[in-house]
Amino acid sequence: MRVALFVTCLADLMRPNVAFAALKLLKLAGCTVEVPETQTCCGQPAYNSGDRATALTLARKVIDEFSGYEYVVLPSGSCAGMIRAHYEELCKDDPALLVKAKKLAASTYELTDFLVNVAKLESVPGDFAGSITYHDSCSGLRELGIKQQPRQLLGKMGQVEIKEMSEAETCCGFGGTFSLKFGDISSKLADNKCENACATGADAIVGGDLGCLLNIEGRLRRKGDRKTQVLHVAEVLAGKLD
Amino acid sequence: MEIHSNDFKARAREALADQELQKALKLVQVKFVPNRAAAAAEYGDFEALRDAGRDIRNRALENLDLWLERFEQEATRRGAQVHWAKDAAEANAIIVDIAHKNGVKKVVKSKSMVSEECGLNDALEAAGVTPIETDLGEYILQINDHEPPSHIVAPVIHKTREQITELFHAKHHKPRQTDIGALCREAREILRPHFLSADMGISGANFLVAETGSTVIVTNEGNGRLCTTVPRIHVALTGIEKVVPTLEDLSVLLRLLPRSATGQAITNYVSMNTGVAGSGDSDGPEQFHIVLLDNGRSRVLGSELKEMLRCIRCGACMNHCPVYQAVGGHAYGWVYPGPMGSVLTPSYAGMEHAHELPHTATGCGQCSAVCPVRIPLPELMRKEREMQVDAGLRPWTERLALKLWGWSASQPWLYGLGTAIAARFLKGLGGEEKLIHRLPLAGGWTDGRDFPAPAGKTFRELYRAKKELH
Ligand code: SF4
Repeated sequence: MRVALFVTCLADLMRPNVAFAALKLLKLAGCTVEVPETQTCCGQPAYNSGDRATALTLARKVIDEFSGYEYVVLPSGSCAGMIRAHYEELCKDDPALLVKAKKLAASTYELTDFLVNVAKLESVPGDFAGSITYHDSCSGLRELGIKQQPRQLLGKMGQVEIKEMSEAETCCGFGGTFSLKFGDISSKLADNKCENACATGADAIVGGDLGCLLNIEGRLRRKGDRKTQVLHVAEVLAGKLD
Repeated sequence: MEIHSNDFKARAREALADQELQKALKLVQVKFVPNRAAAAAEYGDFEALRDAGRDIRNRALENLDLWLERFEQEATRRGAQVHWAKDAAEANAIIVDIAHKNGVKKVVKSKSMVSEECGLNDALEAAGVTPIETDLGEYILQINDHEPPSHIVAPVIHKTREQITELFHAKHHKPRQTDIGALCREAREILRPHFLSADMGISGANFLVAETGSTVIVTNEGNGRLCTTVPRIHVALTGIEKVVPTLEDLSVLLRLLPRSATGQAITNYVSMNTGVAGSGDSDGPEQFHIVLLDNGRSRVLGSELKEMLRCIRCGACMNHCPVYQAVGGHAYGWVYPGPMGSVLTPSYAGMEHAHELPHTATGCGQCSAVCPVRIPLPELMRKEREMQVDAGLRPWTERLALKLWGWSASQPWLYGLGTAIAARFLKGLGGEEKLIHRLPLAGGWTDGRDFPAPAGKTFRELYRAKKELH
């Protein structure tokens, strides 16, 4: 399987290890992985802000860069959701582009979804030992149906116990630029999330979207919690990176 | 109703700090959300029912003009009078005129959000007609200095029982009652004589049925039925989009509405008002006026937001909205709060009066996941943001930032350089703790949260270095 890894702009800047972890997992699953060099961002911030022209410029670029691969995989439900659920609408006025956008959407996967349902990864190398509570990020959950996939993969790790929090499917308050525009509401929602997560007593809060994880970790640390780890599911599954 | 939607931020901040409000809002999460889930699960194939609801509403809207004409014909045939109002002022003028022509001094009202939209009570009072709200929630708001509702189904959800106890004590001059039943009884004793002495009753309509010319209301308290049948004149005020073709269609929507709103299989009362009292009828009004309001609806019908007109006003979108749950309905500053309000308010009241609202959601999608008629609310809010960008309504700083970012993201080399610098800069700010407590230009984030600092090099750099090594 020839797979292109779309690193996502957030992982590129904020947590490269998430992308290295994804790379490791995809290789273990038997894929030939390429990382197109000119990739930047899927255009979601512009799209959600109503700047359609900018979003379209970036979508065109992504479509050019990633169309030649059998599969495109992203360690993010919201960026994968952007391509799968929104590129079609974004490209609707350009028939030639629309055809390509649809094709790309059909070959694009969120990482855990791809590992479970396409690559059928049997075992994972992660060595995390302890309890985990999983936050279901909104776009992955509601646009792509990511729910059981990460749990199935984490379940393959012998020493991991999953402790479900209440309201695991409720938004953490990130919402992209929402977190900057309405900081106090966003913090309040992050607070609710942290309370529910910490009530489980889990050692780590794990999720599949870096935006949510930065938001949750930011609130936890501000409240003085230095202990609870906040990790991307790819990091947990991949274990040590060389 | 006066609009304060552009003060959303300040109002939301107040709401977050208001302990009583926060206590009251808990009810949304502990009651409405689980009740709706239980009702949907118990129904069986609720998803298929939602599909059917969406299709029925679409069918009605596709030929809205024809269904409205049919409605008018059927209603008129049964003795009702149909009035068309292009805006709130016209609707108010029509209703005041009906009151004046008939020497009406007092009106009993059952809950109607469209009457709030029109500011009807103020118009009636200015014309010397006294409106009495008879829905318990609306009554509470009316005696509390005409406070606006904060929810389209449960208008007084923002108040705790203790606050209502104090309000009744202060306004009714009676001993404090703490039991909900006793509070209801107290209000009922005051309202009952009004039903009997009012000259006119005003209701809204949840639906209009084209094939019978009926207006339909669903209520739990029974006040709606008294308002529409006891006084000699009944005025039903509603929006033109509420029409459905047939009774069969109505039956589907009646299954969806209460389950989505309160989690009930059916409300205590479902009233269909068809025509005036005929000879031999024991009750019913002598005059039945139906006032159909446009007020921006036909404009929405012709726009990219037209799916919004499917709305059956169940309130599920706000009940499930994390932002609504956190700040309540008053923060939104007009009649319709939550996700549906964020779409409707700019359309009805004018984008310039409500440009904040399309941004007041995280885009989590929980609203559209429960909307009984599958309105893609986050998509519609996004479309409104596009309209704002097209109309030059966004601040220049935001537009410039997006353009600059978009431009650099289309130049991979430049982007790589910019992010490499940013990664180092942010790492430096994070210090040994690897946490940024204050980030320039991102106070919205760092006021309430730290910002976890990055590792210092971008993936792009690290990956290239690795490849060169091998
Ligand atoms: S938008 Fe949907 S969920 Fe919200 S009130 Fe209307 S019908 Fe109900």
